Amino acid sequence: MANTRTIEIEVFRYNPETDVEPRFQSFQVPFSDDTSVLQGLQYIKDHLDGSLTFRWSCRMAICGSCGKMVNGVPELSCHKFLRDYYPGKVKIEPLNHFPVLRDLVIDQTDVFDKKLPSVKPYLVPENPRPMSAGPNVQTPAQLQDYYQYSQCINCLLCYAACPQYGLKKDFLGPAALALMHRYNSDSRDAGWHVRADALNSEDGVWSCTLVGYCSKVCPKGVDPARAINQNKVNSTMDYFGVRELLMPKGGR
Amino acid sequence: MAQVRPYVRPMKGWWRRNPYFVRYMIREVSSVFVAIYALTLLVGLVRLTQGEAQYEAWRAALANPLSILFHGVAFLFLSYHAYTWWLVAPKTAPDLRIGKKPVPDRAISAGGWAATLGATIVVFCLVRWM
Repeated sequence: MANTRTIEIEVFRYNPETDVEPRFQSFQVPFSDDTSVLQGLQYIKDHLDGSLTFRWSCRMAICGSCGKMVNGVPELSCHKFLRDYYPGKVKIEPLNHFPVLRDLVIDQTDVFDKKLPSVKPYLVPENPRPMSAGPNVQTPAQLQDYYQYSQCINCLLCYAACPQYGLKKDFLGPAALALMHRYNSDSRDAGWHVRADALNSEDGVWSCTLVGYCSKVCPKGVDPARAINQNKVNSTMDYFGVRELLMPKGGR
Repeated sequence: MAQVRPYVRPMKGWWRRNPYFVRYMIREVSSVFVAIYALTLLVGLVRLTQGEAQYEAWRAALANPLSILFHGVAFLFLSYHAYTWWLVAPKTAPDLRIGKKPVPDRAISAGGWAATLGATIVVFCLVRWM
C-alpha cells in the first residue's frame, strides 16, 4: 500500500453468548488514501480478530448494508474514508436506536418486517389495469414529483438519526413515511385512502418533531423530513375533510 | 445453537451526544421563552382593559430589573427561534411553485428572515417614535 499510515479504530463489541454489557476494543489499522472505513473493518476481520461481526455487501453505497455509527454520526461505512479521520481515531458503533444482535450487527426486523409493509409501498391504481393496456406511462414532470423519494436504499441511517424513533418505537419513522409519500405523489397511484390511517395516526407523521437530522444523513439525497412535514399539511386537510377539494386532481 | 439475546442501548443523554441535537434542543427550549413573552404581552392587554392605573402598574412591573433581564434573555431566544423557524420552513411549507418550478429552499428561508427583520424594525419604530 502506498503512503501507508496507521490509525486507531475503536469498535463496539458485544457477544450475546458471553457478554452482559457491550465493550469497546481498539485496533491499529494501516491505511492509505483510498481505504474506506469499511475496508478498515475488513482489515481487522482478516488480520487482527476474525470474530468481529458486521454487515456489508456492495462496497459502493448502493446496497445499504454497511451503515454504522462512525464517530457518533450515522454513515455508510463504505462511503467514508479513514484519511478524513486521521490523525484522530475512529469510533465505530452499530446504528443507533436498534437492538444489537452481535458486535456491529443490528436487528432491522422492526422496520423491514413491520414499518415498510404497513405503508403499502406499491402502486394502488384507481381501476385494475390489465397487462394488455401496455406500459403505464407518465411524463418526466410527473416522475420528478416523486423521484428523490424513490432513491431510498433502506440503509436505515435515517432511523439511527431520529431520536423520536429511539424514544418511541411505534413511530413509523423517516424512511417508511418517505416511501409512503413516494407512492402518494405518483401520478399513477390512487392509494391515499388505503394509506391514510397509517399516515394520520399518532405514530404516523404526527410523531415527527422535525429534528431534521434524517435528511442530513441520507446518503441518497432523499429528504424524509420534507415528505413527513408536507404530509402534516395533507393530514390536517384530510381531518377537516377538505383535502380532496384543495389538492390538484382531487388528491387521489 | 446460539441464543438470540439482543442488547438495547439506553437513550439517556441522547441529545448531548451530537451538536446537531444540542441545537435542536435549544430550538425547542426557545419556544418556552416565546410563550412566556407572549403571555406577558397578553397580561398587559388584559390590564389595559381594566383601566389606566392597572396598565401603569403592569408597566412598572416590567421596569423591574428581573423583568428586564428576562426580556434580554427572551430576545436572544426569540431571535434564535426566528432563525431556526425559517431554517426549517422549506420542509414544513406545502409544495410551493412559481409557474412549474419549485421555489428554492433558500428563497423560502431568506424571505422569512427578511420578513421577520422588516416587521421587527417597523414595530420598533412604531413603539419608539409614534
